[in-house]
Amino acid sequence: MKKISWDETMEYLEILSQISLTEEEKQETAGELKKILAYMEKLEELDTDGVEPMSHVFPVQNVFREDIVEREDQWEALLENAPQKKEGQYLVPKTV
Amino acid sequence: MGEEYLTWTAGELARKIRKGEIRPSEAVEASLLQIERMEPQIGAFLQIDREGALARAEEVEQGIRSGKYQGPFAGVPAAVKDNICTKGMETTCASRILSGFYPPYDACAVEKLKEAGIIILGKTNMDEFAMGSTTETSARKVTKNPWNTGHVPGGSSGGSCAAVAADECFIALGSDTGGSIRQPSSFCGVTGIKPTYGTVSRYGLIAYASSLDQIGPIGKDVADCARMLSLLAGQDRRDSTSLKRETLDFEEDLAGDIRGMKVGIPKEYLDEGIDPEVRDALKKTMEILKERGASVEEFSLGMTEYVIPSYYIIASAEASSNLARFDGVKYGYRSPHADSLHEMYKMTRSEGFGTEVKRRIFLGSFVLSSGYYDAYYLKALKARAVIKEAFDRAFAAYDVLLGPAAPQTAPKIGESLSDPLQMYLGDLYTAAVNLAGLPAISVPCTVSKAGLPIGIQLIGDCLQEKKIIRAAAAFEKERGIFPKAYSGTKRGKI
Repeated sequence: MKKISWDETMEYLEILSQISLTEEEKQETAGELKKILAYMEKLEELDTDGVEPMSHVFPVQNVFREDIVEREDQWEALLENAPQKKEGQYLVPKTV
Repeated sequence: MGEEYLTWTAGELARKIRKGEIRPSEAVEASLLQIERMEPQIGAFLQIDREGALARAEEVEQGIRSGKYQGPFAGVPAAVKDNICTKGMETTCASRILSGFYPPYDACAVEKLKEAGIIILGKTNMDEFAMGSTTETSARKVTKNPWNTGHVPGGSSGGSCAAVAADECFIALGSDTGGSIRQPSSFCGVTGIKPTYGTVSRYGLIAYASSLDQIGPIGKDVADCARMLSLLAGQDRRDSTSLKRETLDFEEDLAGDIRGMKVGIPKEYLDEGIDPEVRDALKKTMEILKERGASVEEFSLGMTEYVIPSYYIIASAEASSNLARFDGVKYGYRSPHADSLHEMYKMTRSEGFGTEVKRRIFLGSFVLSSGYYDAYYLKALKARAVIKEAFDRAFAAYDVLLGPAAPQTAPKIGESLSDPLQMYLGDLYTAAVNLAGLPAISVPCTVSKAGLPIGIQLIGDCLQEKKIIRAAAAFEKERGIFPKAYSGTKRGKI
């Protein structure tokens, strides 16, 4: 595996994950990730030439249904869980 | 009143209720009283719906009389893991980020409980988002093992297993992504089934790793779990991965006739890293299965060293994607400290998720990120195929595989979280089953010298629940009544 710059990687992972860590957490998480990834490199030795990746146990196909709105009556019940709402909609901080 | 009910199995209790010897409300009251007694020491529940359960007991009693509820568990008090949605009852995955989430709908499995007249007492503690092996990553509370409160109950379904072991409920729902039903069942001396992937609808199960997650029963014996699985199983259009299967009827299998059954023990499972007492438990199980007429032999399963790397890459990758939905907009916690939308997402997630969840989201984001995708994620998917092939070869020769549920008994509270990798390695015997989509059952076998239960695991080929239940029933009959968690003196009394 190629060498990883951990400072940059942690910053990138913070962006991908939408999670910020404190400096201390960053150090600790980087340390743990290094250990875990080093262990996972064991997979390198496994010969998987010609093996199809298996994302699912059964060869299930897409399951389709008619595009009809169901359970529209739950609108209010769903909105009830919103941390902030206004006029029947989710309220979020200013976006622009 | 009610003391003697508590140690009955769910099936025994339901029979008495059907005969009119006990009212559902009496059973609920007995459970609530036991919860009151045990919870200060055990802490299995995050929430108890006292009024709801008592009101429901009255309805169910009428329903039993009118013939509406005729199932095997009508009137039985049960508990539900906190990652399974219950309408109007807070469902948090033991995470701060979902605090205050009251689902407007029931999970499919919960609908089935309700349709069967089962009474839900409350929600049980778990590792946050089911990520953990001890229930210690819960953001809410620490659950203790009813056998010894200095020890963890295992995880992630630790609350459900502890509640059953402490007789706070008669049966419970758990979920299993890499062993989260089977390992805590082993640690708490109860029985648990992880069904074939797709057997129980995941609708309303808050996703951790969707290609691995399954809901399953946790109970006091094999019969309770088998019958509960029959009740839970079924194709559901709201879960496109759920399978159309024949009706699952295990009554014949519960007789435990295993004459001629071929059982294999992967010899890798007996290798170093396993506690000698757990190995002895397996040997004892082997002897019992032989006595009942099965042939048992060791064989090499192969590929076992790739299970943990492959499992943690896939599970974390799926988790990093599944948990992206928790952003403070639609439900649960929102950080009060943000002024802009993106800051709100980031702060909500940073404040709302615990350490282990963050670690797995980071790991998942890493293995999916460009430059590393092929080396980690894609490689893990290929390893998964190779692991599945190893099981296919094994099931060409054997009906059932026997193994441990965990390498040792329940660790002490506070010992596991400091070394995550070490904790991950404990999933060796269980995670492979999820990767391959197989059914497996964990059954209590014996009690260690230190007084902690040891369970064994029986693994079947896809869709072959009947075989593992038959083997488990045979083993259970020969093993005899398993001792109670909270010492012999208290047995049958509250």
